[in-house]
Amino acid sequence: MQYTLVAWMRDKPGVLNRVSGMLRRRNFNIDSLQVSHSETPGISRMTFVVDGDERVADQVVKQLRKVVDVTAVEDITNRLAILRELALIRVRTTPATRGEIMQFAEIYRAQIVDVNAENLVVQAVGTEDKVDSLIELLRPFGIEEMVRTGRVALCRGDERAKRKRHSTSIFKAAASLNGSGHDDQ
Amino acid sequence: MAIAKREPADSGYDLGPQEMTGSQMIWESLLREGVQIVFGHPGGAILPAYDALAEYEGDGRIHHVLVRHEQCAAHMADGFARATGEVGVCIVTSGPGATNLVTGLATAQMDSVPVVAITGQVPTSLLGTDAFQESDVVGVTQPVCKHNYLVTDIAELPLIMKEAFYIAREGRPGVVLVDVCKDVQIESGTFRYDFDISLPGFEPWPVVSQDEVQAAADLLNEAERPLILAGHGIHLSNTSEELLQLVEKAGIPVVTTLLGTGNIPETHPLSLGMGGMHGEAFANRAVQACDVLVAMGMRFDDRITGRLDRFAANAKIIHFELDRAEVGKNIVPDVAVVGDLAETLPAYLPLIKERRHQDWVNTLNEWRSETEEADIIQYEVEELIPPYVIRQLWHATEQTDKRVIVVTDVGQHQMWESQYYIHEHAGMLLTSGGLGTMGYALPAALGAQMSDREALVWCVAGDGGFQMTLQELATIQQEKLPVKIAIINNGFLGMVRQWQQIFYDKRYVGTPILSPDYVKLADAYEIPAAVVRHPSEVVPVLERAHATDGPFLVDFQVKEEVNVYPMVAPGAAVDELIRRPKPGYVQGYSGVQPSW
Repeated sequence: MQYTLVAWMRDKPGVLNRVSGMLRRRNFNIDSLQVSHSETPGISRMTFVVDGDERVADQVVKQLRKVVDVTAVEDITNRLAILRELALIRVRTTPATRGEIMQFAEIYRAQIVDVNAENLVVQAVGTEDKVDSLIELLRPFGIEEMVRTGRVALCRGDERAKRKRHSTSIFKAAASLNGSGHDDQ
Repeated sequence: MAIAKREPADSGYDLGPQEMTGSQMIWESLLREGVQIVFGHPGGAILPAYDALAEYEGDGRIHHVLVRHEQCAAHMADGFARATGEVGVCIVTSGPGATNLVTGLATAQMDSVPVVAITGQVPTSLLGTDAFQESDVVGVTQPVCKHNYLVTDIAELPLIMKEAFYIAREGRPGVVLVDVCKDVQIESGTFRYDFDISLPGFEPWPVVSQDEVQAAADLLNEAERPLILAGHGIHLSNTSEELLQLVEKAGIPVVTTLLGTGNIPETHPLSLGMGGMHGEAFANRAVQACDVLVAMGMRFDDRITGRLDRFAANAKIIHFELDRAEVGKNIVPDVAVVGDLAETLPAYLPLIKERRHQDWVNTLNEWRSETEEADIIQYEVEELIPPYVIRQLWHATEQTDKRVIVVTDVGQHQMWESQYYIHEHAGMLLTSGGLGTMGYALPAALGAQMSDREALVWCVAGDGGFQMTLQELATIQQEKLPVKIAIINNGFLGMVRQWQQIFYDKRYVGTPILSPDYVKLADAYEIPAAVVRHPSEVVPVLERAHATDGPFLVDFQVKEEVNVYPMVAPGAAVDELIRRPKPGYVQGYSGVQPSW
């Protein structure tokens, strides 16, 4: 399954390299990784989409925390959050298809941000699923070029109050105390 | 020799602002961290720092040990740190000097040893231009360091130096590298050392949860066949005594990891010695048969667990660990107690019921006696075999009043040492456990001896590993160190040969190894030496070595095709082991006749 993790880190040269190097070295499977400024000057914010089971996600969180420049990590997978991705899609057009493409874009509340005789650029914002399905609709017209930001995430208002530094799912060994012993497969 | 929560010794130096060069700042920082010995090798990009060293070395405040290869500077700092519990320091130049360090840094980091490495770097104006002796040292060493820094601005240097020591020392110890550009060393700036370190997110000492401690106690109190698996963390947190109290109060047998040897005295009736790939059969059977396994300060390395899904399959597992990321990495425990053992063990002890577990202990003793019957050490062997040498080394060192430190290299002799030397306390054995670095023993022994010239330090190495770093004989002689050296010389890269014998149908490819005449070699360094070929010569030569004031080297020319048993094949469960072939059985010779 996919996990959404958010990490904050000191905005210094090489920090992205430290994080990506650790993920590569530990052989974690990362679907997407997005970096940007946060609300605090000097602190960057990274959003990760991790593919794996709960144990993998737990390890990613813990290993991220060990990176000295990382100041906080949260697993927001099970939280109410706004998940968004932005895509810019350049679609081939003919006078006959342009109208249909624009209609599809409108249905998806996407915008046309560039037009010329041979193509136009659709800017779509939404969950990855929504962006995926728009892309599938546009594909038969001919996608000439495309860029996607990867997932960004922000918890919803009342979820913010629950935020603590240690709220991440520490793979609680105690949780399996009632269960049938350890599972080390 | 605790590493836990040590504040640097109050150096009595002024912490307030002073004007000085970057080079001086490096040495002034070291003084304030209580560093008196550094291991290093100069070169172009670190020359300004070396030039400034003159004023610190001159009055004996800092002693610089000139190494013969930078890898050994890191191993010496590592050996020094393991022997003292303090941060070991090495200093080398840019490019090849720094890349040569990497093996040593990785060795220390894998075994949680606090080391600070200082490297010179090309001037900031040349960074990224592929300048002479430039390499991306921060990039190269990142995966083998706890943290590292590139210093391009003199204003940052003092804080970075202080952070480096703080990060190396606090929590689970590790390696921090500081790469200082040459122009930063030359420039002048304001030095101060009274910073408060603020590293949000760096959590060296997690807060202990009393609930976790209670849950761990409840589980252990119900156990019928409990077992403790104790690792390096016991030594690092200096909790051998607490561990022994727990063991005796609750009557729990103890298996150790390689780096945990001596966590409780190996002469103790409840000590089962080392477990894992070359652990004794009864120790591994105990792991498989126990109903509650209490792992303390260890990380479930594959050498100790064997096949993971069959490891302690019938046991509930309790994991005491400082590093949260180790919990659930290889084994998901039933109860995890995260925190410093120096806090968690004293909290745990009063919650544990007094028990004896006599049936369980009796069973283990039965298993132990079966194993001992087959043990080669019980038989008189006409020829010189390594277990005998090691056991005699133990007898010889047992008689001294001095502090004994044994430093082993990597391979068969390392396993024999862990099996046949009887470790009385934690920290007696220094060895490269995680990385398994051949060539470690000689420089690490030198580093350990530098920390305590009165100690009896034995470097035990194979003929393969010894030849990787033997140039440091020069450093031993230059520092007039009384390191004793035992080369277990079987003419092979023995452990690899053993694998070839067992898994590759005895095709000994690349493993026969020639040695120089070690007595002549030692003589070239003016180190007294002897060669031993027969069991009857072992005791006298050890006596002679101990009677010699300075260093002494012994070339033990042992029987070549002797294997380390028992052995758990990689990927097998720890109870599916290859046992000792039959009582007293020793293999023959390989028939391989290498020559120069």
